[in-house]
Amino acid sequence: MRDKGEIAIEILKIVGISLIATFLALVIKEQKPNFAFLLVVFVGCSIFLMLLDQISQIINMIERIAVKANVNMVYLETILKIIGIAYIAEFASQITKDAGQGAIASKIELGGKILILAMAIPILTVIIETIIKLIPS
Amino acid sequence: MGIDVDLIFKIAGVGIIVAFLHTVLDQVGKKEYAQWVTLVGFIFILFMVASVMDDLFQKIKSVFLFEG
Repeated sequence: MRDKGEIAIEILKIVGISLIATFLALVIKEQKPNFAFLLVVFVGCSIFLMLLDQISQIINMIERIAVKANVNMVYLETILKIIGIAYIAEFASQITKDAGQGAIASKIELGGKILILAMAIPILTVIIETIIKLIPS
Repeated sequence: MGIDVDLIFKIAGVGIIVAFLHTVLDQVGKKEYAQWVTLVGFIFILFMVASVMDDLFQKIKSVFLFEG
């Protein structure tokens, strides 16, 4: 595990890369908009790749807490998968929106929502069954 | 981290050079060549970005327990 100072420097790296990329994208957009678009996609990917170490640390912590609290691991796994789907869908839809295709962006969001709902079906069934049990018949 | 900044400048540089070549070839009158230069540059950058995106998706898969 890295120390806090090194992690704090990370934000400077992210800001620096983002500013450079914004500037370069502005310059290229005049001539070739599609190149600027690919540049933006690349920067989005690389910033997330930088954050990945920290994210996996956070997830490890959540897992440890869940194991200690005797939570069923299936639920935690489902929640993590939902977060992953949400992140990917958000990433793609923002980039698509940036490229000027709002319609495709909203379709991606719709797909993300439907898939999340489909993954949450087991949890939802458990909740509904519990509620039905609570209701005195 | 060094590779990231390098690749950003590489993409921007290819973009600027391709734009320059496009303008020059247009001025000379070889419009077809200009189109091809743009296409090749675009595919080159697309390849780089696609490999990075593949890396990203693999990492997301492994972090968010998609494949254990």
